[in-house]
Amino acid sequence: MIKMQDLQKHFTVRVKAGRLRRKKRTVAAVDGVNLTIERGEMVGYIGPNGAGKSTTLKMLTGVLTPSAGEVSVCGLAPVPQRTKLALRIGVVFGQRSQLWWDLPLHESFELLRHIYRVPAAEHAARLRRCRSLLDLDEFLDTPVRQLSLGQRMRGELTAALLHGPEVLFLDEPTIGLDVVSKQAVRAFLAELGATGDVTLVLTTHDLADIERLCERLVVIDHGRVVHDGSIEALHARYGSRRSLVADLEQPLPADFALPGTVLTAVTANGHRVTFSLESTTAAAAVAGLVAAVPVRDLSLLEPDIEDVVARLYTSP
Amino acid sequence: MDQRDASVPTISRISPFRASATTFGALIGSGFRRYATYRQATIAGTFTNIVFGFLRCYVLLAVAEEAVGQRPAGYDAGQLALYVWVGQGLLSVIGIWGWTELADRIRSGDIAADLLRPIAPVTGFLAADLGRALHAMMTRFGPPLLAGAVFFPLHTPARWQTVPLFAVSVILAVIICFGCRYVVNATAYWLQDARGPITLWTLGSGVLGGLYFPLRLFPQEVAVALWVATPLPSLLQTPLDVIAERDGPALQAGLVALQAVWAVVVLALAGLVQRRAERRLVVQGG
Repeated sequence: MIKMQDLQKHFTVRVKAGRLRRKKRTVAAVDGVNLTIERGEMVGYIGPNGAGKSTTLKMLTGVLTPSAGEVSVCGLAPVPQRTKLALRIGVVFGQRSQLWWDLPLHESFELLRHIYRVPAAEHAARLRRCRSLLDLDEFLDTPVRQLSLGQRMRGELTAALLHGPEVLFLDEPTIGLDVVSKQAVRAFLAELGATGDVTLVLTTHDLADIERLCERLVVIDHGRVVHDGSIEALHARYGSRRSLVADLEQPLPADFALPGTVLTAVTANGHRVTFSLESTTAAAAVAGLVAAVPVRDLSLLEPDIEDVVARLYTSP
Repeated sequence: MDQRDASVPTISRISPFRASATTFGALIGSGFRRYATYRQATIAGTFTNIVFGFLRCYVLLAVAEEAVGQRPAGYDAGQLALYVWVGQGLLSVIGIWGWTELADRIRSGDIAADLLRPIAPVTGFLAADLGRALHAMMTRFGPPLLAGAVFFPLHTPARWQTVPLFAVSVILAVIICFGCRYVVNATAYWLQDARGPITLWTLGSGVLGGLYFPLRLFPQEVAVALWVATPLPSLLQTPLDVIAERDGPALQAGLVALQAVWAVVVLALAGLVQRRAERRLVVQGG
């Protein structure tokens, strides 16, 4: 559905060098990305600020011309065939609006029906579905400029889907949303993805979006892909471990060692200890600990994806 | 979406031409409704147009009093008054000033949303602008003309073809004005900020479009050169000369034909500028 081969985008930046002179410097925003995304996949595309995520998305949607490399979406070349491609993709930019500021939401939708030339019955069916899933009814008559961010974002999602796109590009769709709106958007996207008809490419800084929605995770940094695979593969690759946190009746003896684990933290005057489970099971570690010292409480923590990704971003 | 909806490309059941016309019509409607939202602005703008109409009308009539034969540049008092008051009404119809939407969208990067639609940006913006003009014609054209008719003796068109020609001339003026504004705004693709070119446009279109004074006050060679070499006299001077019947029937129709040529040229230029811009476009912001 989407193919990128050695995709590159360079920007020329002029840097001050003396009173009047400017030196030209080339910045590689995207520096040789190779990716293939199949129909129906849900792919999370993440990376630190400035990594090249949005630039990639703009090249995939035909808004930016690549500096080098090849790209095809739905079998089309995005830039030369932009208007053709526009009929087959949907795009949501979290920081921009594709709705008409002065018009009520339902008029924006009606206008989009004409622009995309969607038959009235199909349009009505899709709108009905979005209205019920995203609770649009209470603000359908409100001008877009008066909508809250969460309401507008639900409107944006609907607008991107009314023409039945094969690929949906989402650029930070949950940015700035409150918890409830985020959950609504995620649930909606999850349901959309479950049908298997729509290919979904999602960039975000909120890793909960990814954990909830995407089986495949592509991490980009400095314009290059540094990880492509499942979230589990990422944990395995970067040695994420589950940890065992225990509240103790009394501090641990100084020479205490729990086989197959590493003691990573001691807090609360020695009453709370955290072990990283390196080469043992949770059951064995718990049994070993309980046998050695009186334990008041226990909890087992799954590895945190944010930690893994932070390590990935900061590693040289 | 429905299992079927998402994967089957939509097949239009009507002819492509009719579909395009429907889309264009819907966009015109959207432009109309967007401007219809701001009623107080419409009222305030109309009031200002009328106040300035009195100012301009008295100045021009004073000039006429002093002129040889009381016909400066070939207009009598009734034609001059009509020139002023129709001009005040047309100002907002052609939308000569104040449109910075395209430049703003380029600067903020929102232009990306326009590029992601299956319709050429020039076409989309043109349709919306025609809707805006239609709204202005229905709300802002009449009141200044009425005020003029109440307080001044206005020339009444004598030829049967004058009013239809004027209607065509106004539509062409709207298209030419849109094209010019589009090109001026599009400089933001290169400059990021189009305020300089827009200021230049505001000055140039007012002086050389025939708003501040009729261009016929210039020496004839200068006026002809302006008409042929720039689209500016086609903005206001031509429709106003057509309705005031300043010239004979042949020249009256000839000026409208010249407008048609300029409309084609300016729209082609806007399309060319847009295509060039897309090749070097940097969409601002993440």
